[in-house]
Amino acid sequence: MPKCGPVATRGVPKETPMANDDKRLVTRDAKADAQAVIEMAKANAANPPPPTPELHSPIIRLRGVTKTYGSGPTAFQALKGVDLDIERGDFVAVMGPSGSGKSTTMNILGCLDVPSAGSFLFRDHHVETLDRDQRALLRRKYLGFVFQGFNLLSRTTALENVELPLLYRGEDKATRYRLGMAALDKVGLKPWWDHTPAELSGGQQQRVAIARAIVTSPDVLLADEPTGNLDSERSVEIMELLTDLNRNSGITVLMVTHEPDMAAFARTIVHFKDGLVERIEKGKAA
Amino acid sequence: MILGTTITLAFRAIARHKLRSFLTTLGIIIGVAAVVTMTTLGNGATAAVREQISSLGANILQLRPGQGFGRGGGGPRPPDFEPDDITAIANQLTGVRAVAPQASTSGIAIYEGSNWNTTVNGTTAAYFEAQQWKLESGRLFMPEEEEAGKPVCIIGSTLKNNLFRQEDPIGKRFRIKGVSCQIIGLLSTRGQGGFGNDQDDVVVMPIKFVQRRFTGNREISLIMVAVDDAYDSAAVQDSLEQLMRERRKIKPGTADNFNVFDTKQISDTLTGTTTILTQIVGAVAAISLLVGGIGIMNIMLVSVTERTREIGIRLAIGAVAREVLLQFLVEAVVLSCLGGVIGLGLALVASLAIAPLMQVPFIFDLRINMLAFLFSAAIGVVFGYFPARRAASLNPIDALRHE
Repeated sequence: MPKCGPVATRGVPKETPMANDDKRLVTRDAKADAQAVIEMAKANAANPPPPTPELHSPIIRLRGVTKTYGSGPTAFQALKGVDLDIERGDFVAVMGPSGSGKSTTMNILGCLDVPSAGSFLFRDHHVETLDRDQRALLRRKYLGFVFQGFNLLSRTTALENVELPLLYRGEDKATRYRLGMAALDKVGLKPWWDHTPAELSGGQQQRVAIARAIVTSPDVLLADEPTGNLDSERSVEIMELLTDLNRNSGITVLMVTHEPDMAAFARTIVHFKDGLVERIEKGKAA
Repeated sequence: MILGTTITLAFRAIARHKLRSFLTTLGIIIGVAAVVTMTTLGNGATAAVREQISSLGANILQLRPGQGFGRGGGGPRPPDFEPDDITAIANQLTGVRAVAPQASTSGIAIYEGSNWNTTVNGTTAAYFEAQQWKLESGRLFMPEEEEAGKPVCIIGSTLKNNLFRQEDPIGKRFRIKGVSCQIIGLLSTRGQGGFGNDQDDVVVMPIKFVQRRFTGNREISLIMVAVDDAYDSAAVQDSLEQLMRERRKIKPGTADNFNVFDTKQISDTLTGTTTILTQIVGAVAAISLLVGGIGIMNIMLVSVTERTREIGIRLAIGAVAREVLLQFLVEAVVLSCLGGVIGLGLALVASLAIAPLMQVPFIFDLRINMLAFLFSAAIGVVFGYFPARRAASLNPIDALRHE
């Protein structure tokens, strides 16, 4: 299994953290990915990161991020200049009323969308300069997603769902099975590996989704109202699982939630209002 | 993502919706089956026609008095051929393998209690050489029998079967048109002629006997000129026409009062006709293949809409546009190839079943089968590309929100 080949690292400045991290880039399609990485490096060269990286530079840094939908008189500004730093290993809950800009922020943080203006540094990469496919590769390598609606593939077993991200990384069958089963074990669903979503309860489905998100050992787990469709008992189970992943696997967790009870599990709570960060407070878990 | 994994995923997606996948490929199945069955049967028919015509005797020029097939309407009756014409053709033309006159009539043959209506051909021993027709048993006419017009005959297998059944006819005497005749030879079986006539239903006798006892004149209504395979039959035909114009003293500028017919022309015309028919029927069937392709595109478009969320998940997980495009393209190609394979199997069964009913040989043409399969795969690529591109261009955020 060729990790990122020599082509991929060539031309990437050694001092950028990217060069080291790229060794984790695991894909069969090394050539195309290498090209993407080189492009990213070029993009970074155009917008050079701070010459002396801080010792504990935040994994995510938003500066003056705005997002405008539409144009002309009907234009709607969802984000009006968000500044936000998220430290590696943090557990952040994002709260705020509907239309406050928290979902838009999550989409940008998840590299699914780009800001209209401002900068988004992820691991010192200027994500706003990357194109669609480069952001896809970034998601593939560093991010895991959990959704409110679980979003599992129907008529597909839990294991196959969990293995899905590994497919795109080009892992072979044995590795997929090993990592997939390990992830299912972590969420306590190993005995249920061959059950389809229709045969699982809501809480179990969400745990499969979490297993799918962590199977690639991502840096950041983005959860969009992960307990929104669950009763309070299941919700607490899911939150305990996320807390455990945050503490013991070192995964940075970003979670959007409406419920203060769930936000209480986080170390940092970010409140959004009218497209701006209203205040940041320390959670009970801190 | 590697191609092998993509193909595995495609098979999984197809297996998840078995009935729908089957209905989707039905168009391709029927299209491929129709094209291949039609062309296979058409080729069989062409081969059958060619075989029947070659049984007429390859490359024979038929020389007849008059213009065209008939003797013409009004005007003076064109003269018949002379026995000397035969010798002249045999001696003066190059590229001639054998020349035989023919005077035909028909009549009832009687042996003991059986009787049978048959064709009587008066000719010479050269007839068998011209037709490349071997004897099953017995012997050919002796020159002195031909010269004297002796009542001897060589019979075809149909006549033998109807008059003599299991008996050996050689040396037996029977009556033909009221005249007693001795059988000296039995012809091998030739089967149907180019016009559906039974070539084996025949009595062959010395021409002088037929002329004297049956037709009552010295008429030679047909001269068969067998062309040597090494020579061009068109060139031999030209020199034959030239010779006959001289011998029949036709002035330059006047029309021939005889005609030469090349059996190769019938062969070429008939096989040409069946080939064209095969192509037309094949083309009509190919349209159904096209319709099948449009069916695949329809279902793939529906599938893309239905699986918008799935596409959103894949994109969020980190699939690049190219991988989503490839996934849906491969799915379409796998579907159409499956249809192609099933269609080929169906065509094989159908051709094997229908060929005997149509009385044509079954000829398996690998080229047509390969072509039909490749065509079905190409249809998958062409009609799968548009839905696949639509899937790949979806916005992950919108796709994830899709209900």
